[in-house]
Amino acid sequence: MLTKRIIACLDVMAGRVVKGVQFQQLREAGDPAELAAAHSQAGADEVVLLDISATHEKRATLADTVRRTARQLFIPFTVGGGIRSLDDAMAVFEAGADKISINSAAFADPTLITQIAERYGSQAVIVAIDAKRMNGEAQFEAYVCGGRNSTGRDAVAWAREAEERGAGEILLTSVDRDGTGAGFDCDLTRACSEALHIPVIASGGGGDTQTFVDVFQRGRADAALAASIFHFGLRRLADLKQELQSAGIPVRWPC
Amino acid sequence: MIAVVDYLAGNLTSVKKALERVGADAVITRDPSVVAQADKIILPGVGHFSATAILEQAGLRPAILHRMEQGVTFLGICVGMQWMFESSAEAPGTQGLGLFSGACGRFPGIFKSPHVGWNSLACHDGSRLLRGIPSGSFVYFTHSYRAPVVKATVARCEYGGEFSAAVEQDHLFGVQFHPEKSGAIGLKLLENFCGLSC
Repeated sequence: MLTKRIIACLDVMAGRVVKGVQFQQLREAGDPAELAAAHSQAGADEVVLLDISATHEKRATLADTVRRTARQLFIPFTVGGGIRSLDDAMAVFEAGADKISINSAAFADPTLITQIAERYGSQAVIVAIDAKRMNGEAQFEAYVCGGRNSTGRDAVAWAREAEERGAGEILLTSVDRDGTGAGFDCDLTRACSEALHIPVIASGGGGDTQTFVDVFQRGRADAALAASIFHFGLRRLADLKQELQSAGIPVRWPC
Repeated sequence: MIAVVDYLAGNLTSVKKALERVGADAVITRDPSVVAQADKIILPGVGHFSATAILEQAGLRPAILHRMEQGVTFLGICVGMQWMFESSAEAPGTQGLGLFSGACGRFPGIFKSPHVGWNSLACHDGSRLLRGIPSGSFVYFTHSYRAPVVKATVARCEYGGEFSAAVEQDHLFGVQFHPEKSGAIGLKLLENFCGLSC
């Protein structure tokens, strides 16, 4: 049976892992290559490395970070953050990424999705969408630039367009829930998952085991992102998979 | 020396990296003369079935077929395995090798496609490629088309019906999943492949 994936996400700034709460207040945590390997050992099904460096200078270390991380990793490895062109994507693939994740750049130029998909295959292209509830209702608007700028575009409609243009997966982050641990926005993931034929990765709000059970059952997510080694220790990762299995969610355990 | 055949279909470094981890000497090549000298050949591939047409254009198809006839140990991964069948609905104009009967087809419409993630194997007894890998082991898949279950099938997978996860006939092997991305199980499979003498 196809299992539900738990994907470890490492936020990286200038070659070091940090963790943001609602995209701000960052703390440093460690070496990405070491942490990625440790997450793989602990039972993560995939690793996402998200470069959140604001400046080009700080981003220059990305290829080296990706290369060092990929060397130790024998599970799928996604790199996102700051990829604005096919050339940027090629550099990351050459450094050893299996998939890239694009967000603001895809929104600014949706043909970028198709360009990368035609060269590397749809399975290598994840379109990341940051979504916010409108007036607290189950209506969602896409945001860009780290959740700061509103686009006026319906998040589900944008996800559908991304699929049509060649995206292989959607990484869907609830800006409202990100970093809170209060639970994923299951209305958001469900709306998106039911509207699409490609897998949806839920992100933002992961906390205790029940939040993951909810997003897989009620939210119909295909995978869930578990960020931060702070609110999400390595031992917790293994425990989570065992607990999900006990709750009847198909997961890769033991791995 | 293991030749990892480059036909511009995706990420080969991860395959080479995994082979190096299990102690193998691997080269990525597009040169038919390198393929002609290889002890073992791996045809990786993520991407489109039509990309295999490049094998024809680059003179790699006859080089691979010639080495297969000489008994070289061969492993097709993902699209590389699908190429061992007759054809694929993904690219009706592109011929496969036809080593195994049948055509690759799509998943039923109600199932999300591509089939992405970790799924479990139902392994048959006696496979050399899967030695030490028990049924129920999880491996990583990412594909939109699938090969039918045939006589040479040594592992099946279930997603909208059963399909071939691994095939094996004499010195010819194929896997639909990505051993280079399947953690310890995948490395075990590659180690088995590297240790085979045909």
